[in-house]
Amino acid sequence: MGRPSSRRRAQADALLHGTARLAAVGAGLLVVLMVLFLALEAAPVLHATGPLRFLTDRGWYPTQGRFNLGPMLVGTTLAAAGALFLAGPLGLLSAVFCCFYAPPRLAALYRRMLELLAGTPSVVFGLWGLVVLVPLINRLHPPGASLLAAILILALMVLPTLALTVEAGLRAVPTEYLQAAAALGLSRWTTVSQVALPAARPALIAGVILATGRALGETMAVLMVCGNVVQVPRGLFDPVRTLTANIALEMAYAQGSHRAALFVSGLALAAAIVFFVLAAEFAERRTRHV
Amino acid sequence: MPAAFGTRSLPRGLFRLRALPLLTAAILGALTGCAPTHSEGGAQANATPTASSGGRLTLTGSSTVAPLAAEIGKRFEQQHDGVRVDVQTGGSSRGIADARQGLAAIGMVSRNLKPDEQDLRAFPVARDGICVIVHRDNLVRSLADAQLVEIYTGKKRNWKEVGGREGPITVVHKAEGRSTLELFLQYFRLENPDVRAQVIIGDNEQGIKTVAGNPRALGYVSIGAAEYQVTQGVPIRLLPVGGVEASTENVQNEKFPLSRSLNLVTRTEPEGLVKTFLDFAGSPEVRDLVEKQYFVPVADGQTE
Repeated sequence: MGRPSSRRRAQADALLHGTARLAAVGAGLLVVLMVLFLALEAAPVLHATGPLRFLTDRGWYPTQGRFNLGPMLVGTTLAAAGALFLAGPLGLLSAVFCCFYAPPRLAALYRRMLELLAGTPSVVFGLWGLVVLVPLINRLHPPGASLLAAILILALMVLPTLALTVEAGLRAVPTEYLQAAAALGLSRWTTVSQVALPAARPALIAGVILATGRALGETMAVLMVCGNVVQVPRGLFDPVRTLTANIALEMAYAQGSHRAALFVSGLALAAAIVFFVLAAEFAERRTRHV
Repeated sequence: MPAAFGTRSLPRGLFRLRALPLLTAAILGALTGCAPTHSEGGAQANATPTASSGGRLTLTGSSTVAPLAAEIGKRFEQQHDGVRVDVQTGGSSRGIADARQGLAAIGMVSRNLKPDEQDLRAFPVARDGICVIVHRDNLVRSLADAQLVEIYTGKKRNWKEVGGREGPITVVHKAEGRSTLELFLQYFRLENPDVRAQVIIGDNEQGIKTVAGNPRALGYVSIGAAEYQVTQGVPIRLLPVGGVEASTENVQNEKFPLSRSLNLVTRTEPEGLVKTFLDFAGSPEVRDLVEKQYFVPVADGQTE
């Protein structure tokens, strides 16, 4: 290898470094700008009423100046948590199945199906939920449009995200680890649970964070099945409204402080996600060396 | 090996950075979910000021009329080079006030003019009517206004109490800010906080699907939308209001009580560009736009 080629390589490296840095800064800046924009649009009503009233007002009647977002925060959290509770174990196990148990052809087919599911537009999920799932739940317990419907739809939507991320993580576990486990005569399940999964932990956490982000932020599908009544649900069959559904339902027709209050919804959602990601990060660090 | 998962072997300080892309992805993901709603507010989207050679037309007022006016404006701009049609919302009262003070060439008003507003000239572009719908299998053929009020305020919760089969009523209501909701509340003299709903919906489509999928549901939607879906075989039934059959025809001839006219108003006899626009907005050329918004076209030959 001559000198000119290595210099060229150094140049290419520098170029790549610069571009990557630019892209990273760009993406980061975009989020900051978005949050800033949200804050700016929300400022008039936040300034006029103070942030506390968004939790203490009697109900959400924005055209009458009542802005309680509390029930919607609860609704958003419950729907996302329920979806993760359902999809988490399923996604994890299906990834394990794909990587360690399934015959290669079946695994490939299964992965294609998951990819298809991941690529399905959310409106399709919503429509299916509205015309199939909701009437079904309605027969069990009216009105059908409920927290349960939202959880089921969301679980279906985050399942592929989770399964595919975890699967990619499991595939990235160094072969030596698995060979060493085989050499030690460990059973397949012990290899999976004691070697592969711990080694793929960052991928598990990344999967959970991405899935939660999607569950918290999903709008159209949830809007169509959750009933959208602003209340703290007393059971799985009660309708709820999520923060995203609130924005989508009312933004097109909102004016003045009503519109600003919807931007507060957006801010609250962004805050919830930041809080969640930081909490996950903190939990990860705490358990890292156990 | 994907880069994000390879950080195990890197020094600890880098670990902290890993949260950043995930955070970015999570927030971006959450926010893009809301994106389509912004484009729905197309009424305000036209507000970009430009240097106008062909003239500029400002319409302000009712948010019910605004989306229709914006669509009509777009088509008008295509046919008249250099003309800008600027549509801003702010309620019918703003439409009246702006037209009176000359702040807007044309005001948009989603009701008939009141006696003290006769100094203005009204040009109806469409009529808006809403009907009460139930599932086709529902035995109830009509509900009195008082019964509807009792159901919507949660005083009657079972179909048995209003002459139907035993079973809880699923009350379907609209989200705040919708013109359909406003007209409904106004007609039945209800305050929104008094309404006890089980399902809250956004657009007519969603309301119709909700009722079609639930034999015990009761809702209200734009007549145009409901009538169209019935012809498509969707299992819903339109109930009469005040004894008048719900049909676009009865909205058109003003017999149906739960309806109103959508007007464009001007202070003086229109001339020039304003007249051209009003003629266009009242012509059959915009009929498809009116129907697309689920409004009812004004009966032919009606000018005032």
